[in-house]
Amino acid sequence: MTSRVTILGLIALLTVAAALPLDAQAPRAAAPYTVITAAGRRDLGAASVGDQEMLRLDEIAALLQLVVREDRAGNALTVSKGTNTVVLSLDQGLASIGGRIVSLPAAPVRDGGRWLVPPDAVSRAFALVAGVRIDLRKASRLIVLGDLRVPRVTVRQEPAGPGTRVTIDISPRAAYTVAQEPRRLLVRIEADGLDVGAISAGGGLVQAITTSEPATVAISLDKGFGSFRASTVPIDAASSRLVIDLMAAGAPPLAGLPRAQPQQPAPPPIIEAPPVDAPASLLPAAMPGIRTLVLDPGHGGDELGTRGSNGTLEKDLTLDVARRLKNLLESRLGIRAILTRDDDRLVPLDERASIANNNKADLFISLHANSSPNTDAKGAEVFYLSLDGLNDEARKMAETPQSKPLATFGGGSREIDLILWDMAQARHLAESSVFAGIIEEELRRRVEMSARAIQQAPFRVLVAANMPAVLVEMAFLSNPQQEAQLATDGFKNGVVQSLYDAILRYRARVEAQAAGRR
Amino acid sequence: MAVTTRFVALTVITAAAVGVAAWATVLYLGPPRGAPAPPASAATAGANQQGAEARRIKATLFYVAAGGLGLAAAERDVAFAEGPSEQGKRIVEALLDPAPAGLASAIPPGTTLRGLYVGEHGDAYVDFGGTLRSNHPGGSRNEILTVYAIVSALTVNLPAITSVQILIDGHEVDTLAGHVDLRRPLPNARQWMEKGTS
Repeated sequence: MTSRVTILGLIALLTVAAALPLDAQAPRAAAPYTVITAAGRRDLGAASVGDQEMLRLDEIAALLQLVVREDRAGNALTVSKGTNTVVLSLDQGLASIGGRIVSLPAAPVRDGGRWLVPPDAVSRAFALVAGVRIDLRKASRLIVLGDLRVPRVTVRQEPAGPGTRVTIDISPRAAYTVAQEPRRLLVRIEADGLDVGAISAGGGLVQAITTSEPATVAISLDKGFGSFRASTVPIDAASSRLVIDLMAAGAPPLAGLPRAQPQQPAPPPIIEAPPVDAPASLLPAAMPGIRTLVLDPGHGGDELGTRGSNGTLEKDLTLDVARRLKNLLESRLGIRAILTRDDDRLVPLDERASIANNNKADLFISLHANSSPNTDAKGAEVFYLSLDGLNDEARKMAETPQSKPLATFGGGSREIDLILWDMAQARHLAESSVFAGIIEEELRRRVEMSARAIQQAPFRVLVAANMPAVLVEMAFLSNPQQEAQLATDGFKNGVVQSLYDAILRYRARVEAQAAGRR
Repeated sequence: MAVTTRFVALTVITAAAVGVAAWATVLYLGPPRGAPAPPASAATAGANQQGAEARRIKATLFYVAAGGLGLAAAERDVAFAEGPSEQGKRIVEALLDPAPAGLASAIPPGTTLRGLYVGEHGDAYVDFGGTLRSNHPGGSRNEILTVYAIVSALTVNLPAITSVQILIDGHEVDTLAGHVDLRRPLPNARQWMEKGTS
């Protein structure tokens, strides 16, 4: 009897001890996160537990209309909406959604009467339950709800000759206008909100720089201000840079001021950047259908991709071919071609699809070089996505855009079109397969094809692309003969010309379909 | 007396810890972080081991076929073990051994198996040491062959396993080499088998 009491006591002690490590660290208040929805911005309460940042679950639940229940027997929290449920373990950083496990940086923590959860739970678990796209930007303490454009904006000012230069970087690219009002310039960015990064304090001809909703940067001007010149400077495909040079009153216009590149005529009081989803105006007007195309040079930076026995690196080849194709497309077709990376750096796979989605690209082509344990393997291959691993329910959700009510701040709701962003490609599989078929035919005219030339595979980079998307393996670097071929201009230009011809053919198909509908 | 009391306490604590670990595993269908859970009782494990050494089964394993594009099946002797998790481990361990003559292994050399857990929906979670990723030569074909050699070995031989998720050092990973999406369990896909492969 005594020993049974001892055992029970020990088990109780052990259970308490298991819960102790988290409870021992009391939550401390932290700066709130900001949530941006179609209806505006609001704060979301945050706290720190040790080094881990946590968000208030009750506020998230109110925002996403989730029902939270504590399952004491299972030592878990269930969070549900309709028939979708996620189970959060209170023991460890694990969530279970429809039988699938998602790891989280920490388990929920109780803070008085409310629960705290790591921010990742919102994007990795609750987004799936709520069926809404959620973009978590921890560095900016920002959560973007729904399919909204919220570019990151940084503003800096510096002396430039006798005047002051203000540089505004907007990423991803967005159109904007600059308007002059008495004592201030307003830069209105075409976006649903701003992810505001570093902003310089005033100085020189600038009194202060502030931002206001939804997406305006206001530059308050000093008394000495006379005139300004604004110009757009290309920095990379994914970002816009606006340079505004402020001149003092009475100063000869632009005297001694280094001009921002590229040179532009003196500005009218209002300038407009080209809309982000239109081709640059210097290019011949593209036909409806294919206006923007994203080329994704595989790998980069520390991630070398595969390597040939003579040292050829996949990451270098893919960038080389992508640049060649971009030049050809832009100079001959007037299609805007955006590279997911234009130098040797690592771009996460999610970000590659995001660049295509945020630029509303009409096509996505990921470029790669292949490898097999057998050095005989050879030939080009074209892949499009397979939905292996999705259960029927998830597949249905992914394939059908759904109209659902979204909570608004006033307490009401409004209907919005929802795409399960994690699987955006599901809606485009039929077109991706057509595009892959055209590419395979065009490649076959110029380069050797693999015995498995066209296939479906569960490729990570294609999953979130919200447009027809393919992955092209140009040749096998593991085959010494193919490695030598890949080094030649002839081979690379053959691949480029084939892809160019395929894009032309696919565009003709889209145009014919559009004409048929008219 | 003091020694005996301490021994009893330690035994109870160990038993309770095992219980908590097993309970958490069953509840969440996922692996506890860190080392695999210890067997439920030393006596049972010992008996199983003895039996397993005596018995061997034929399993169909998958290797890189001639041509280097698909997987070819080969029948191998594998130690018998009780239950899909333990048998799954033996099968994956056999797959890590050198390939039979004429075929190449799709698994990078030096790969280690840390654990294997089977959830109630037939999802198996196979936890490998980091070398599976760090020694991987890259290339999408190579990555497909590695992933599906593992997925096929488990799903073809063990009806209780319908899909497989590869973990590295106990954690979910995006991909092994930048291509195949490993964020959810993958069912077997026969398209990667060479024609004529059963």
